[in-house]
Amino acid sequence: MQTRLTLYILVFLILGTASGMILYKHLVLGFPLLPDDKKLVWTIEARIDFIAQGDPVIVSFALPPKNPNTILLEEDFASPDYGFSELTTPDGRRAQWSKRTATGPQIAYYRLAAYKTDRIEATPSSDIPSAPVKPEFDEAQQTAATTLLDQARSKSANTEIFTRELIKSLNSQSPTQNTSLLINDQARADDKTNLVINLLALENISARIVRGLYLEGGRRRQSLTNFIEIHDGTQWLLFDQDTGNSGLPENFLIWQHGDQSLLDVIGGKNSRVSFSIIENTQSSRNLVLHDNKNKNAALIDFSIYSLPIEQQNAFKMILLLPIGALIVVIMRLVIGLRTSGTFMPILIALALIQTTLLTGIIMFLIVVSTGLLIRFYLSRLNLLFVARISAVIIVVIAIMASISIISNKLGLSQALTVTFFPLIILAWTIERMSVLWEEDGPREVFIQGSGSLITAVIAYLFMTNRIVEYLTFNFPELMLINLAFILILGQYTGYRLSELYRFKSLERRHHVSG
Amino acid sequence: MFLASARKLRSFGIIGMNQRNFGLISKYNPRHLYPLVDDKLKTKLLAQKAGITVPKLLGTLDYQHDVRKLGEILAAYNQFVIKPVQGSGGKGILVISERDHNLYFKPSGDMISLEEIERHVSNILSGLHSLGGKPDSVMIESLIQLDPVFSDYSYEGIPDLRVIVLKGYPIMAMLRLTTHASDGKANLHQGAVGVGIDMGTGAALHAVQFGEPVQHHPDTRKTFAELVVPHWEKLLPLAAACYEMTGLGYLGVDIVLDRDLGPMIIELNARPGLSIQVANCAGLAPRVTVIEALKNIDPDPASRADFSKNNFSTNLRTPLLRQERTRSSDL
Ligand SMILES: Nc1ncnc2c1ncn2[C@@H]1O[C@H](COP(=O)(O)OP(=O)(O)O)[C@@H](O)[C@H]1O
Ligand SMILES: [Mg+2]
Repeated sequence: MQTRLTLYILVFLILGTASGMILYKHLVLGFPLLPDDKKLVWTIEARIDFIAQGDPVIVSFALPPKNPNTILLEEDFASPDYGFSELTTPDGRRAQWSKRTATGPQIAYYRLAAYKTDRIEATPSSDIPSAPVKPEFDEAQQTAATTLLDQARSKSANTEIFTRELIKSLNSQSPTQNTSLLINDQARADDKTNLVINLLALENISARIVRGLYLEGGRRRQSLTNFIEIHDGTQWLLFDQDTGNSGLPENFLIWQHGDQSLLDVIGGKNSRVSFSIIENTQSSRNLVLHDNKNKNAALIDFSIYSLPIEQQNAFKMILLLPIGALIVVIMRLVIGLRTSGTFMPILIALALIQTTLLTGIIMFLIVVSTGLLIRFYLSRLNLLFVARISAVIIVVIAIMASISIISNKLGLSQALTVTFFPLIILAWTIERMSVLWEEDGPREVFIQGSGSLITAVIAYLFMTNRIVEYLTFNFPELMLINLAFILILGQYTGYRLSELYRFKSLERRHHVSG
Repeated sequence: MFLASARKLRSFGIIGMNQRNFGLISKYNPRHLYPLVDDKLKTKLLAQKAGITVPKLLGTLDYQHDVRKLGEILAAYNQFVIKPVQGSGGKGILVISERDHNLYFKPSGDMISLEEIERHVSNILSGLHSLGGKPDSVMIESLIQLDPVFSDYSYEGIPDLRVIVLKGYPIMAMLRLTTHASDGKANLHQGAVGVGIDMGTGAALHAVQFGEPVQHHPDTRKTFAELVVPHWEKLLPLAAACYEMTGLGYLGVDIVLDRDLGPMIIELNARPGLSIQVANCAGLAPRVTVIEALKNIDPDPASRADFSKNNFSTNLRTPLLRQERTRSSDL
C-alpha cells in the first residue's frame, strides 16, 4: 500500500509538471496543440525600378511599421552592389540603398514575410497630431465645402460618424453640385485623400494619409491603396476613403502613416515601385518559433529547437520510441498479445517507417521465412549456439543483398529499403522463431510471429500519425505523461483481453455446475 | 460472444496473469530464490537434503567435451531421462524406456541411436532449450515407473500432480495426464489433459484438454469419474514441505507417483501457470484470501495440509470457506 501511494504521488507530480509545461507552451508561447493549426503567411515583394544617371545614387524607401497585430517574419533587402542600411526616422522605418555611381536601369528589391496574429492589441497612439493647417480654397469651393460640412454635421453625433458621412457624400453615386465642384470622376486617389484631409481640417479635425496594401495571393504589380486616418482626440481611426467604412480591413497591411514620400530616388529618374504578393500557409509552430518575443523563453531556448536541424530530425525518431514502448506495454498487459521478444516490435516499426508499411512487411516476411528455411538446414549441421547465430547473421546479410540486387534488376526500387531492417534483430528473430518451431510447433511460431507484426504495425500507425509525430516533437513533455501512463499500467492487475477468451469455457461451465 | 465477462470471472475468483505477477509472484517470491527452482539440479540436491524423495540422479554433463563420456555413463542403464537443467515446459526432455545394445527406444517406440542422443545433449549444452539461449547443463535421471493406478489414464508417459502452495498451504491441485498429443510429457500446452482434483479427497473434479472440457482420456477413452489420486494424505504434506525447503511463498510443486518408490518431487516452479483454475473450474482468489487472512503460519507441513484439506475441499464446503468466499467476492 505504502509503495502504491508513493507511486500515485509520483505519477501525480509527473502529470502535473508535464501538463503545466504543455499549457505554458500552448497558452503563453502560443504553441498550437494540433498540427492543423496553419496560418496564412504573406510574402510581399516590393520592386523598385529606376534609371540611374551616372551620379551617386541614394534610394530611400518607406518600410511598413512594426505593429503588434502583424508579425514580420523576415525581411530581405536584395540589391546587388548597393550598400544598404535601415534607418529609423520619426515618421517610421526607411530602407536606404546607396551607390557611388550607377547608370542605366536599376532594380532594388525589398521582400517581407508577415502574418497576422490573433492577439488583439490596440495600436499605440503615442503620436499626437499637431493642430491641422487650414487649407485655402477659392470662393466657390469654399462655399461648396461649407455646405458639404454642414450637411455631414447635421447627420452626425461625433467625429467618427461625421468623417464617415463626409466621405460617403464625396463618393456618392449621384454627386451634388457641391461635390462636383470639389472633386470630379477623373480625380486621382491622392487628390481625393488630400481633399478629405483638407475638408476635415476645416472642421478642425486632424487627419493624415495612410498607405497600405490589400493582401491577396497571386497579385502582381500592385500599388498601395490610400486610407485616411483621423484623430478623434484620443486615438487614431482608420477610414476607407472610397466607402467611408471605418476600421482596418481584414487583409490590409498598413505600409505607411503620414504623407512622407514612399520612395525617394536621388540620382535616378522614372522611379517606380510595384508590389507583388504571394500567399502561403505555414504551421503556426514555425511562426511561434520565429516570433522574436519567444526566442528567449527558456522552454524554447533550452529545447530540441536549439539543436541543428539534422540533430532535430534524429530526435524526431527518438522521441517516437516512447510511443512504441507504450503500445507494447498496452499490447502485452492489457490485450495480452504474445510477441517474440519484448521490444522487437518497436524495432520492426522503426524499420517500417523507413520502408513504408506494405513493402516493409513483405520484405520482413521474405527475409524471415527464407532465413527460417536456411536455419532449418543449419540446425541439422549440429552447430554450437554462438556459431549458429553468427551463421544466421551472415545468411540474413546474403538474403538482404540478393533481395536488393534482384529487385534492382527488376526495377523495383522500393525493395532496396530492405537494408533499413536492423540486421541483428532479424537474425535474432529467425533464431528464436526456429527454436520455437522445433519446440512448440508452427502454431506457436504463427501466434508469436503475428503478435509481433500486429504490435509493430499498430506502433507504426501511431508513430507515423501526423498528430502524434507533431505532438511528440513539439511537446517532448508528453514523454512524461507517457511515463506516468506506463507507471500506472505497471500496476494494472485486471484481466488481459486474451484471458477473457482463455477463461471463456470456465464461465460457461460455471453456469452448468453452479 | 467470444469473450467472458470480466465481472463474472472476478466473481468466480479467477486470477489473471497481471494479478498473478503482481499480487502473488512479486509479492511472495524474492528474486534471489529463483535459482533454487529454475535450476533442476539445485532443486534435486535441496530436496535430497530435506529428506524428500526425488528421481535418482544418474549423471550430469556440463561442457561440450563431456559429450564423449555420454556412452560410458549410459552404458549401465536401460532406462533413463535426459533433461536440460534449466529447461521448462517439457522442452528438451528425452525419455528412454528401453535399450537394445546401441539402440535406444522412446516410450512411443521410436528408435534413437547413441549419436542422436549425443547431438541432443550437445544442443542442450549450447543453450537450445534454456531461456535466452544461455549455455546449459544436462542431467540424466532414473525413469519413473508408472503407478498402475494411472495406467488407464496416461499414454506413453508419466502423469504428474501440480499443487499450488501459498505460504506453505496447498491451495489447489491438478493432475496432468500425458496424451498422444503431448508426446508423453505432462505439459498442458502441449496437449496433456488437466484434471482438477478435490483438495479434500484427491478425487477428480473436472478435466480439460486445450482449455476445453473432456469427459474421458482422449487416447485410452477411460472416463475420469472414478479417478482418485492415491496416497492423497501423503502427497499434500509433501507439497507443503517445499515451502520450508525453498522459502518461496507462491510455488508450483510437481509430484509424480512411482510404482516402487511412491510420491516424489520432479520439479518446483516459481511462476506456476493459471490453467489450474480452468481444470478445477474454480478461481484461486478466494483461497488466496483465506490464506492471507491467517495470522500466523503453522510450522508443521502436515497440519497445514490438514488445514487445506478441511478448507478447500469442493465436496464438503465447510462454513469457514463459505464465509470467506462471500467475503472475497464482495471485494
Ligand atoms: N524421471 C522421469 N521419468 C519419467 N518421466 C519424466 C521424468 N522427468 C520428467 N518426466 C516427464 O516430463 C515432464 C516434464 O518434466 P519436468 O521435470 O516437469 O520438466 P519441465 O520443467 O520441462 O516441465 C513430466 O511432466 C513427465 O511427464
Ligand atoms: Mg513440469
